[in-house]
Amino acid sequence: MTNDKPPIWRDHRFWQITAQFIAVFLAAILVTILWSNLNRNLQQLGIQFGFDFLKQQASFDIGETPITYKATDTYTRALWVGLINSLRVAIAGIFFFTTIVGITSGIARLSDNWLVRNISLIYVEIFRNTPLLLQLLFWYFAVFLSFPKVENKVSLWGFISFSQNGIDLPWVHFSPEFSALLLGLIFYTGAFIAEIVRGGIQSVPKGQWEAARSLGLKPGLVMRLVVFPQALRVIIPPLTSQYLNLTKNSSLAIAIGYPDIYFVASTTFNQTGRAVEVMLLLMLTYLTFSLTISIIMNLLNRTVQITER
Amino acid sequence: MWKSAWILAIAPLILTLAACSGESSQTTNTASDRTDTVKSRRQLICGVSGEIPGFSFVGTDGKYSGIDVDVCRAVAAAMFDDPNAIEFRNLNAKERFTAVQTGEVDILSRNTTWTLSRDTSVGLEFAPVVFYDGQAIMVRKTSNIKSLADLKDKAICVQTGTTSEQNLADQMRKRSITYKPVVFEDVNITFATYAEGRCDGVTADRSALVSRRTNLPKPEDNVILDEVISSEPLAPAVAKGNTNWNNIVKWVVYALVKAEELGITSQNVAQMANTNDPDIKRFLGTEGNLGEGLGLTNDFAARVIKHVGNYAEVYDRNLGPKTKFNLARGQNQLWSKGGLLYSPPFR
Repeated sequence: MTNDKPPIWRDHRFWQITAQFIAVFLAAILVTILWSNLNRNLQQLGIQFGFDFLKQQASFDIGETPITYKATDTYTRALWVGLINSLRVAIAGIFFFTTIVGITSGIARLSDNWLVRNISLIYVEIFRNTPLLLQLLFWYFAVFLSFPKVENKVSLWGFISFSQNGIDLPWVHFSPEFSALLLGLIFYTGAFIAEIVRGGIQSVPKGQWEAARSLGLKPGLVMRLVVFPQALRVIIPPLTSQYLNLTKNSSLAIAIGYPDIYFVASTTFNQTGRAVEVMLLLMLTYLTFSLTISIIMNLLNRTVQITER
Repeated sequence: MWKSAWILAIAPLILTLAACSGESSQTTNTASDRTDTVKSRRQLICGVSGEIPGFSFVGTDGKYSGIDVDVCRAVAAAMFDDPNAIEFRNLNAKERFTAVQTGEVDILSRNTTWTLSRDTSVGLEFAPVVFYDGQAIMVRKTSNIKSLADLKDKAICVQTGTTSEQNLADQMRKRSITYKPVVFEDVNITFATYAEGRCDGVTADRSALVSRRTNLPKPEDNVILDEVISSEPLAPAVAKGNTNWNNIVKWVVYALVKAEELGITSQNVAQMANTNDPDIKRFLGTEGNLGEGLGLTNDFAARVIKHVGNYAEVYDRNLGPKTKFNLARGQNQLWSKGGLLYSPPFR
């Protein structure tokens, strides 16, 4: 009976494991080749790979500094400023406005009111079908830079004022660059979320609506108590993607002069010539952003799934 | 099973790639340097800005022109006797050094300031200065800003990755003037934002301001402050470690200056070859073998002058009184006329 055992090269499991080894081996070779190639090229140019440059003086100014920063600080400090600026946009964008805009217009798409339904339709179609970069430049040049000059700024109700210098509330100032980026990202991403929300709601079986209504619930309550919680199961996974997109798209800030992490890193790499090192740092940063959002959203996703009993 | 087959299938591909990369690096190490690459390509790849009239700009006829462009044309003329054997690449301030480091361009001729750190840590090798410049600030006439001090707490537009950005920070720090930098990557957006009124001032090299002012909606409404806040020697650059290639670029630039000094122009270069002056004979290659030292023909300088002209011709054509910039030569005059241009001997 021992003859029944097939030769090792016909064993499925053998090949599965070997293939893994070969793949790892080839990947290692590839990385080694690329690495030595990089080193050789850098050596030829008289550049040494390393992160020492981060301790050097940055000697450039940054327009928006949430933490204290001066041109005499190090590149590390400058990059921190950029990082916080990125987070400001991402957090304000994600946790507040985008979700609100997205859910509101997603539900509005299914409204019984003709006007509400169609306004939402037009919004979603326009913002989904034009490039984000174009939208950012539009917000910046056509909206914020068309505000009146600083000398004759417009005041509303005495506490909010608009000018080319940005929007001023008594306790906080929004620069045109920040405002344009934030609004651009909110309305762009919001349009996608609207479609996700609409799809989620429509995926809830009609019987659920009917059952809820037959209990005597008003339409608003049907949505809030019965339909929307079930729709969330469908909504959350693609919503995560949109949050990731928003965070990554915030790097387009560079086009309209908002000093986010990508922007500061660009300046750093340009002044120091450290393209590889800076790109590695950037990749690490965005990877951390993305993984953090994924983890949070996955936890949230678990809470809305149906628990089997 | 198909998975492993797939991996085995691409293995030769990867190994071939590996072999290639090993081979190409060997060539660059052993054989002299970039000169051969350019020669065998029979074309020069030249990195320019493409956004600054007078320096490098694409005209309505689709042709590049400007001082930076003429430097490339001069190199191509010296090598191939053809000033048009060039492929131009538009590079922004951020892309330019990586393009040189990676060998994407043979020569960077893009109003780039020669600085110590770029010479050492960015892996560049600079050729002689083509244009001596200085940084200045442009403001609106109506703004009543007369000096740097008047820019206190004002917004100033600037392009990122330029020496302008750092000089501005230095100067304002020196004078303890607080200001608000509004920084862009794209030179067009930098000036558009200034034009929209977001910034009270915009800073760049003086020549770039003069040049970009002509593109503003109402050029006459803008004034360039007299204060020059830095010295900006603009020079072409090549990648480090290519001695011969750098020599070619270096001596082609010197040839432009030397020709003006010797009174040789694109018009008289043919007659000049018949002169008795040994200096001129050596320069034009009718005597001696100076060109061979560069791996070029002996008449390389004559080719340059024939196709591109001497420095004065290049300057006048791009920035001189007949152009809309009408920029005085100033420092960019020959040393004998009080300027800074000086060529080592062709000997």
